[in-house]
Amino acid sequence: MRHIISILIENEAGALSRVAGLFSARGYNIESLTVAPTEDSTLSRMTLVTRGSEDIIEQITKQLNKLIDVVKLIDLAEASHVERELMLVKVKTSGETREEIKRLSDIFRGKIIDVTDNSYVIEMTGASDKLDAFVNALDESNIIETVRSGPTSMSRGENGLHL
Amino acid sequence: MELSGGQIVVQCLKDEGVEYLFGYPGGAVLHLYDAIFHQDDVKHILVRHEQAATHAADAYARATGKPGVVLVTSGPGATNAVTGIATAYMDSIPMVVISGQVPTAVIGSDAFQEVDMVGITRPCVKHNFLVKDVNDIAETMKKAFYVATTGRPGPVVVDIPKDITDPNIKVAYKYPKKVKIRSYNPATKGHPGQIKKAVDLLLHAHRPVIYSGGGVVLGNASDELTELTRLLNYPITNTLMGLGAYPATDKQFVGMLGMHGTYEANLAMHESDVILAIGVRFDDRVTGKLAEFCPHAKIIHIDIDPASISKTVKVDIPIVGEVKLVLNQMLSEIKAHKKKPSKKTLAAWWSQIEQWRTANCLEFDRNSDQIKPQAVVEELYKITKGEAYITSDVGQHQMFAAQFYHFDKPRRWINSGGLGTMGFGLPAAIGAKLAHPDADVACITGEASIQMCIQELATALQYNTPVKIINLNNRYMGMVRQWQEFSYESRYSQSYMDTIPDFVALAEAYGHVGIRVEKPEDVRPALEKAFALKDRTVFIDFITDRTENVYPMIESGKGHQEMTLRVAPGTPMNRELA
Repeated sequence: MRHIISILIENEAGALSRVAGLFSARGYNIESLTVAPTEDSTLSRMTLVTRGSEDIIEQITKQLNKLIDVVKLIDLAEASHVERELMLVKVKTSGETREEIKRLSDIFRGKIIDVTDNSYVIEMTGASDKLDAFVNALDESNIIETVRSGPTSMSRGENGLHL
Repeated sequence: MELSGGQIVVQCLKDEGVEYLFGYPGGAVLHLYDAIFHQDDVKHILVRHEQAATHAADAYARATGKPGVVLVTSGPGATNAVTGIATAYMDSIPMVVISGQVPTAVIGSDAFQEVDMVGITRPCVKHNFLVKDVNDIAETMKKAFYVATTGRPGPVVVDIPKDITDPNIKVAYKYPKKVKIRSYNPATKGHPGQIKKAVDLLLHAHRPVIYSGGGVVLGNASDELTELTRLLNYPITNTLMGLGAYPATDKQFVGMLGMHGTYEANLAMHESDVILAIGVRFDDRVTGKLAEFCPHAKIIHIDIDPASISKTVKVDIPIVGEVKLVLNQMLSEIKAHKKKPSKKTLAAWWSQIEQWRTANCLEFDRNSDQIKPQAVVEELYKITKGEAYITSDVGQHQMFAAQFYHFDKPRRWINSGGLGTMGFGLPAAIGAKLAHPDADVACITGEASIQMCIQELATALQYNTPVKIINLNNRYMGMVRQWQEFSYESRYSQSYMDTIPDFVALAEAYGHVGIRVEKPEDVRPALEKAFALKDRTVFIDFITDRTENVYPMIESGKGHQEMTLRVAPGTPMNRELA
């Protein structure tokens, strides 16, 4: 099953590689990983998407907690949460497809943030499956490149992950 | 007080009460070595290879409970130390390893003797640090000792670039009294609710077994374990790492369990209905085939590391906490509990165990005209009255030591249980002897293992650490040969060496006493002679029966109930399933 593990970690050199190294050393898989400092500059927040049985997820969270740099973590998949991913897509736009791609982007509530005679860069946020759907709706031959942040997520309601 | 970075490191060690520093100098640590030169409080032990520095420090830690401390240079000095760091990590040994690093300005430029020590050791340390400012040394050192020695202990690496120890840059020094790490809060007491549940289950057991491990030794909880076991009158088995935590000569001790454990210990585990697992980690060498592990048992597991709980075996009642505190909590709970263990059911369980004991699973041929390795360990046990510190290498001799030297006290048995590091024994013996100069220290080894750190014979002479090396020389990598015999139709691929050195001459060349023993009747006199030479390191080369195997054995992939026993003494190839 898919799990989203949100981690507060010391914002120090090497902290990221401790997490990444743990996953490769113990044979756990990382589907995506996104990390940036928080409002408290001594802390980074990491969102890690992984898959595994309940037993494996339990081990993953315990092993992560054991890392000295990990301050706190939560498995967001255990409760109701919101989830957003950012994607940028660069597409070819020639003649008749130019208008069609714009319409498609509007339907998905994308924003065109760069325009040339022959291309758009479309910015889109949403749950990962919405981004998948948009990519699938585009003609593959029109896609020049895509980049995705991987999901970031937090729980619904007033409780949060903080010190 | 204004000090240079090099002086600060040494002063931190003094303030931490460090007695011995095991190390080897080199370019990146020369400032540090100069600071060492100017003082006598921290005694430096110069090894002959950095791996030995880590093993000696590790054994010092195992023998005393205090952290072992190591100093190595950058590059090859650091990489040579990695095997010893991984050894300590697998067995949860508190250790602080200081490694030199190239100057900060050239880090990342593939400078001479540069390796990414923090990166290389990340998977085999509890934590590591790269010090980038001379003002951070004292706090980092304090943190290193704090992390290494608290919670589940482990090695911590402090990597210090050369410019940080520059003698010309002096800063104010103050060693912090306390240090707090917000993300690190090791468990202490066990959860009272869990302890109640555990005690209730334990007191209602019909076929209980106490299964205890290295955590009891590390947590200094032998007295509590012994009290609990005697109070309940339950059978107890120890893991390889846990030997000595409960007196092996006590009647409630059913021996070691696992791959080369006793028949009675493994069958008791298999038939048990309640297992109290204390400071163990359900290692594959203990459990055998997981699907068949303790099929009838409810399991209580006490461990300081939450990640050890239900890692390989799902447990029913986990208790996270310091073993000493948790056992004390359990003791008071048991004493206050109305229910007492049923004498009748317990008597039936004990009579079953007694019946398994009659299999006499460790028996070997005592009338052989060749030296049996087991007989050597038995004699060693008698001559040292079971009081010696025994280190070992890895292989058949390690198992014979575990089976035939009956440890009644903790910290006497020093071996690489988790990583299985050949070459551990001799440097470990030196570390143990430095820790306990008045005690007898023997290294039980084999002719293959001993050659992996043989150069430490020089260290033993330099620091006058008179240890006794018990070399069980069967002219094979015995354990490899045994597996090849069992699983590869005796194709002895590369498990034989035909240029074994003359160990007597070798020992003498290093300035020690060498003795070769070839006949069973000479075993005891040779050992007596060796231990009479109080101030000499003695290398005794026992030419043993080369076909001898370790029994019982649970072959890989089998369960506890499927032990292979020796059928008739002296016929090691005969096997039957129990």
